[in-house]
Amino acid sequence: MAMILELPHVGESVVEGTIGKWLKQPGDTLTRFEPLVEVITDKVTMEVPSPIDGSLLKILAQEGETVPMGAPIAEIETADGSNGAALVPAAEPTPAPAAAGQPAPVGTTGYLVKNINPVGPTGGGVEAEQESPIPAQAQQQAPPPTDQSTAEAPGGASRPSPAVRRLAREHGVDLAQVSGTGLGGRITRDDLIRHVEAKSTPAETTAKPQPPRQPDAGADEQHVPLTPVRRMIADAMVRSVSQIPHAWSTIEVDVTGLVALRTQVRTAFEQREGVDLTYMPFAIKALAESLKEHPTVNASWGGDKIILKRRINVGIAVAAPYGLVVPVIHDADRLSIAGLATALRDLTQRARQNKLTIEDVQGGTFTLNNTGALGSTISYPIINHPQAAILTTEAIQKRAMVRDDAIAIRSMMNICMAFDHRINDGAESGAFLQAVKSRLESMGPDTPLY
Amino acid sequence: MAVKNVIEAVREALREEMQRDPKVFIMGEDVGQRGGVFLATQGLIDEFGESRVIDTPLAEASIMGIALGAAFRGMRPIPEVQFSDFIWPAMNQLIGETARACYGSNGVLQVPVVIRVPYGGGIRGGLFHSQNVESIFFHTPGLKVIAPATPYDIKGLLKSAIRDNSPVVFLEHKKTYRLVRGELPEGEYTIPIGQADVKRAGEHITIVSYGLMLHYCLEAAEAVAGEGIDVEVVDLRTLKPLDTETVLNSVKKTGKLLIVHEDNVTGGVGAEIAALVADEAFEYLDGPVRRLCGPDVPTMPFAQTLEDEYMPNTDKIVEALRRQAAY
Amino acid sequence: MPRKKSTGSKGSGDAEVAIAEPIEGLPEGLTTGDLVESYTQMLLVRTMDERIWALNRQGKVPIAASCQGHEAAQLGSLLAAQKDGRCFLFPYYRDLGLKMAAGLTPTQVMLSFMGKEGEPYSNARQFPMQGADLDHNIIQISNVVGAGLTQAVGYALACRMQDDDTVVLTYFGDGASSQGEAHEAMNFAGVHRVPVIFICENNHYAISVPQHRQMATDDLASRAQGYGFPGFTVDGMDLIRCYEATREAITHARTQGPVLLEMQVERLMPHTTDDDHLRYRTQEELDAAHQRDPVSNFGAELIARGIITPENSDAIKAEALKAVNEATDAAESAPLPDPSTMWDRVYSE
Repeated sequence: MAMILELPHVGESVVEGTIGKWLKQPGDTLTRFEPLVEVITDKVTMEVPSPIDGSLLKILAQEGETVPMGAPIAEIETADGSNGAALVPAAEPTPAPAAAGQPAPVGTTGYLVKNINPVGPTGGGVEAEQESPIPAQAQQQAPPPTDQSTAEAPGGASRPSPAVRRLAREHGVDLAQVSGTGLGGRITRDDLIRHVEAKSTPAETTAKPQPPRQPDAGADEQHVPLTPVRRMIADAMVRSVSQIPHAWSTIEVDVTGLVALRTQVRTAFEQREGVDLTYMPFAIKALAESLKEHPTVNASWGGDKIILKRRINVGIAVAAPYGLVVPVIHDADRLSIAGLATALRDLTQRARQNKLTIEDVQGGTFTLNNTGALGSTISYPIINHPQAAILTTEAIQKRAMVRDDAIAIRSMMNICMAFDHRINDGAESGAFLQAVKSRLESMGPDTPLY
Repeated sequence: MAVKNVIEAVREALREEMQRDPKVFIMGEDVGQRGGVFLATQGLIDEFGESRVIDTPLAEASIMGIALGAAFRGMRPIPEVQFSDFIWPAMNQLIGETARACYGSNGVLQVPVVIRVPYGGGIRGGLFHSQNVESIFFHTPGLKVIAPATPYDIKGLLKSAIRDNSPVVFLEHKKTYRLVRGELPEGEYTIPIGQADVKRAGEHITIVSYGLMLHYCLEAAEAVAGEGIDVEVVDLRTLKPLDTETVLNSVKKTGKLLIVHEDNVTGGVGAEIAALVADEAFEYLDGPVRRLCGPDVPTMPFAQTLEDEYMPNTDKIVEALRRQAAY
Repeated sequence: MPRKKSTGSKGSGDAEVAIAEPIEGLPEGLTTGDLVESYTQMLLVRTMDERIWALNRQGKVPIAASCQGHEAAQLGSLLAAQKDGRCFLFPYYRDLGLKMAAGLTPTQVMLSFMGKEGEPYSNARQFPMQGADLDHNIIQISNVVGAGLTQAVGYALACRMQDDDTVVLTYFGDGASSQGEAHEAMNFAGVHRVPVIFICENNHYAISVPQHRQMATDDLASRAQGYGFPGFTVDGMDLIRCYEATREAITHARTQGPVLLEMQVERLMPHTTDDDHLRYRTQEELDAAHQRDPVSNFGAELIARGIITPENSDAIKAEALKAVNEATDAAESAPLPDPSTMWDRVYSE
C-alpha cells in the first residue's frame, strides 16, 4: 500500500531541512533502512533511511527544496502490501508561518517555540534560527500530577486561616456569623472581605461594630445557593468590570444580501454537511478577517504593554444548561464558512452535553455573543477578561431604510461592541466595526462557503 | 528589538563582556574550535583568539582549580562545565575553595569567577545529562546562584555576573536554549543580580518559579484565566541572593502560594521559600503553601514514560492551581 | 584434516566454513575458528551500530555513541579476557562492541537504545547499556568519564583481599585520561600493585578536542612509567595484536601488577548522534580513517589467508542483517516501562 514519507524529527534538526540529493528515483526498489535521501540541516548532511521494503513511487520534495519537519517528501509503497512495522511517525501538524507583514512584538518574556527538538540529549545547536515563532499553547500530555501536598479538606470546623483570623480581628468580625464557600465549607479570605463590605455603611462608624444580621429566608424571599459555575461567572464579571474601562459602540449592518444567500444555500448545505447553516459562521468569518486587519482589537492589556495575540481564536458565548460557557474556535481565520459552521455546531453540541475539554475553553482572543437569538436589538456586553473587546450580533429585523433617496425594505442587524478603552480609542474600534460591517454587507450569492 | 533565542542571548553577553574587558576569558571542554556543544561560544575563538577561549582537557576539577588561580592573579575567568551532571568532580574546588577564598582571606582575595552550567532535563538526557544542581550551591555561603529563563534576562544577568567580584554559579536550562525566544533590546543593558521579576500580575494565587518551569507556569496561568483563577507569576531569576521582598509582597497580595521547580522537592529552593513565607507572611496566608517539584528520584530516568512521569508540566501545574484555588 | 564447524554465534545463524589447523603467526591460544567467530561478531556489531544511527535519524533512538573504528580493540581485548575466564570489565560509553560481544542478544541491545522495559543494564533508567550487566561481568555506572577507573581499581583490590585472582580491565578514551581521577587511579594501582589493566582506546579526539590539546605527549602509554608499571602502544585496528597484548597483560596483572595498554584506533563517526564532526575534522582526514576500517580490513585479511571465502563473508553479513532486523522489530513492539516503576530501587532493598 502507498504511504507518505515525511521528513522525520531528528535530534539535532531545527524546523526544516533542504533536500540535498535523492539517492533513489521513482520506480526504484527500496530496502528498509537503506539510505533514501540526503537532507541538509544546519550544515549537517544526514541520510534519511527508507522505513520500509518496497518501492519509491513519487518524489514530493525536489532537490534544493527546503521543507519543514513533518512535511511530506515522498510517496512510497510497501512490497507486500502490509504496513511496515517501522513507519516514520506522523509528524505534528506543521504550523503555518507567521502572517506576512510586520511581526507583532513578542515582549521580553518571550514564548516557548513548539514543534522543534530543543537539543539532543548530549548536545546539539544551530547558528541562525529561522523557524516561525509560535506563541505558547498549553498542549502537553497529562500524566497525573505529582501530589506534593498533605491532606487538604479542612472540614467545616477547621481552624480559620491566618489571613482570615487577622482580617476578622482587624474588622471585629465574629467568625460564627460568616458563611464559608471554601473547600469543605471553610471561610476564605474573600468570604470575610465580602462579609465586611456587605455590612459596612458609610454613616455607621460606631466604636463597637455590631455583627451583621443575616436576614432569614422567609415568605418574601428565597435564598438560592450559588453553584461553582455561577460563582466563577460572578467573579469574572466583577473582575472584568472593575479592571477594564469599558466603552461601547453600535453600528447598523444591512444583511439583506446575507439573508438571501443563506436562504438560498441553507437546505442544500444541510443535506450535504448535516449542519444547519445559521448566520453565525458568516459573522465569525467577517469578524476573523477584520481582526487580522485590526490587531489591537485581538489583544490584551499587559500592564506596561499591549499584548497582541498572533492567533485569532474566537470564543462563542453558549448558554449551556449549567451556565454561560465560552468555547473557542481556534484559528478561526483559517476556516471557511463551512468549516466554521461545522466547528460551531460541534462546540455548541458538546457544551450542551457538558463534554467540553480544557483545550476547548482556553486560548480565546476575542468573544462573539449572538444576543440576537433571544430578540435583543442593542446590547452593552461585558468584555471577557483579559481580552480587548467583545462583539454581539443582534436580531435581524426587516426595516424601512432609505436607499438612493427611496424607501426600501432591508434586513437590518445591529452589531454592538464593548472595548477596553486603555488599548483602543473610538477611532480604532470604529474602524474595526466598519470593517465587520462592510464584510457582512458584501456577502451575497457570490460568497464562497468553502 | 530583535527576537533571539536563549543561546544567542548567552553568546551576545559573552562577546560584549569580552570586548569590554580584556581580563575576561573563557575556558572549558569544546568551547573553542567547536564553539561549545550547544554553540554558546561559537565564533568567539575567531574574534578573541585561543588564549582567551581555551579548549581544556577533560578534567572538571582542574577546570575549576585553574580558574580559581587565575582569578587570584586578577583575571576574570568564565569556566564552563559542559553539563551540570559533570560538576561533581569540581565540587571540592568550588565549594571548599572558591566559595571560601574571600572570607578566609578577610577579603584580600577576590574571586570574580562565573561558572556557566547548562542544566535541566526534559530532553531525554537520562541520569547524566539532566540534573538540577542548584540547591547545593544555593545552600553554600559565598556563592551567588543565578538561573534566568528568558533571552532578555539571561543576557542582562550574565553580563552582571561577569562584572561581579564574587563567584557566580550561572545556570542555563538547556531545554530553553532553542525553545525560548524573546526580544533583546539594542544597546547596552544589564539586569541587577538579586532581583526577581513579576512576569504576570494576578490576584488569586502566586506562583514562584524559575528556569524552564517559568514558561510552563505562564502557560498554566493563561489556561486557568478562563476559569476565573487569576495567577501572579514571579520569576526568581536570581536564586541567591533571593529577592525576598518581591516574593513576600506577592504572597501578601494573593494569600496563596504555589512553588514550582524541576529540582527534587526535598531540600530544594522551594523549601527555603516556603519557610520564608511561613515566617514573614504568616498572617496573610489563606491556604497552605504548596510545592510542585521534581520527585525524590535520581534525576531523571531515560525512557519517555519515566521522564514524563518525572517532569512537572503545564497540565500538572494547572491541576495544582485549581486545587489551590478551590481551597 | 579440515573440520566443518558452524560459526553460529548469537544471532548469526549458520554459515559453514572449512577450518584449517592453527597457522603460523597467530598468538598462543588463538585459532582460526576464533578469528571467524570474531569476524562474525564484528559484522554483527557493525550492523547494529549502523542500524542504531539510522533509527536515530528516524527519531526512534534519542542518543547513540558509535564504536565504528574501535571494533578490533574492543573485541580483541575481550576475546583474551573471555579465554582467560577470570576477568571483570569496567567499560566506557563507546564500548558498544565489547558489551554486545560479551553476551547480549541483539534484541537486548536494541531494547537498550530504545529505552524499553526489560533493558538489561538499568531497565531503561539510564542511557543505553549503562548500569551493570553482572551476568557478563560488566559495570559502567556513569558518563562522568574517568570515574570508572578508580572504581575499577577498588574492585580489583577487593578481589585480591578475598584471595580471588580476578583481573579487572578498565576501558577509557584519551579524553578521560586527563581526568584527575585517572591519575589518582593509576597512582594507587601502581603503589599497591593492583591487578588491573588500563586500556585506553585512543581515537585522538575527545568530542572535538584533538590529542595535542588533551595532553603534552604523543605517547600516552609512556605515562605508565610515572606510576611504576609498564605501558604499551598497540595497533588498535588489528584484532590479533589487541588480543595478544591483552593476553600478556592479563598474565602480568595477575602476577606482577598493573599494565597500561594504549590501543590506537580511529573514530570513524562523530562523537555521538548529536555531534557534527565536520566542524573540526576535514573530509580528507575522515576518508583516510575509513581506509583503515577494522571490520572490512579484517574480512579482507581472512579472505586473503584463505580462512573464509567472499561468499562466506556475504553470508555472515546477511545473517547479521537478519538478526538486527529481527531485533529492531522485537524492540519496537516491546512496551515502555510502567511510569509507576519510576520510584523503585532508589535505595537497596
